[in-house]
Amino acid sequence: MSENLFFSTIELADDHLILGHRLSEWCGHAPTLEEDLSLPNLGLDLLGAATNLYSLASNLEGGKRSEDELAFGRIEKEYKNCLLVEKPNENFGHTMLKQLYFCVFMKLFWNECNSSKNKILAGISAKSQKEMVYHIRHSGEWVIRLGDGTEESHFKMTEAINELHPYTEELFYMSEVSLNCAKKNYLPDRLKIKKAWEKEIRDIFKEATLPYPSIVHFQIGGRNGIHTETMGHLISTMQYLQRTYPGQTW
Amino acid sequence: METKSTLWEVFIRSKSGLSHKHVGSVHAGDEVMALNAARDTYTRRNEGVSIWVVPSAKITASDLNNISETLENSENKIYRHPSFYDIPDDIGHM
Repeated sequence: MSENLFFSTIELADDHLILGHRLSEWCGHAPTLEEDLSLPNLGLDLLGAATNLYSLASNLEGGKRSEDELAFGRIEKEYKNCLLVEKPNENFGHTMLKQLYFCVFMKLFWNECNSSKNKILAGISAKSQKEMVYHIRHSGEWVIRLGDGTEESHFKMTEAINELHPYTEELFYMSEVSLNCAKKNYLPDRLKIKKAWEKEIRDIFKEATLPYPSIVHFQIGGRNGIHTETMGHLISTMQYLQRTYPGQTW
Repeated sequence: METKSTLWEVFIRSKSGLSHKHVGSVHAGDEVMALNAARDTYTRRNEGVSIWVVPSAKITASDLNNISETLENSENKIYRHPSFYDIPDDIGHM
């Protein structure tokens, strides 16, 4: 069982690490000074959750690898994050939408995870859930304002939806290890929260006057280690320090 | 909905019972976004229990040009300072 939980925890940790890294790329590049503080703030929340999850994974593995080694010492195929979180940053609205998709999912996921049989996971979920509520407020309010803003901002949001929505299905993908964990009540069944996720996104899109798309072909692969082209570039930047100075801390 | 960002003054109350203190300003399109920006900009280190945002344009300020008539008048009235008696320690914030 601990092997299933290890790999499931890695899926979760990788989602948080990679999305947190994408947010950190905004540092110094955000459209306003206020957002330049906000985006890395949100990124740090995600990194904090990732740290807790990698630490749990490290324990489950019997301390074979440290949390840093898990985060920075694996090759691309060993990262099990969903493709959504590795999508490169484009415009600010695109990032807010990606954020919204992920954080609404995680809020619902952590809510279910409160009753996990694993006490550490239950603890992580209580803390992270609160953070997700704020992330949704932040990104949701922007999606509403940009969707219901100018002609240009509405157009860019629609473009972002068309590009990112096909990647949302993977949030609900149940890998074999996750199925096993759900059966034993360690982690929630992702499919169970799909309806609630759709409703929450639909409500925000409605207020934002944005169309909710009907997508036939969804993009998946990350949970099996099959990533998009940009993942290699992301990893080479993210891992640079640990690869150059192994074991370096600060 | 406003499309232009305006300036908001931010006030934070650090502890129940104390008053809100001016900490700085943020740019935002409306009050909800101003509150979010204030939260992210000024409460990163657990500074507050309550945030106020006020449109800077709504603040009426004293005129710097006639500062002497407005404020200097009280300068020679030292008896208004509570320096002629001791404040008991347990009074707390005065």
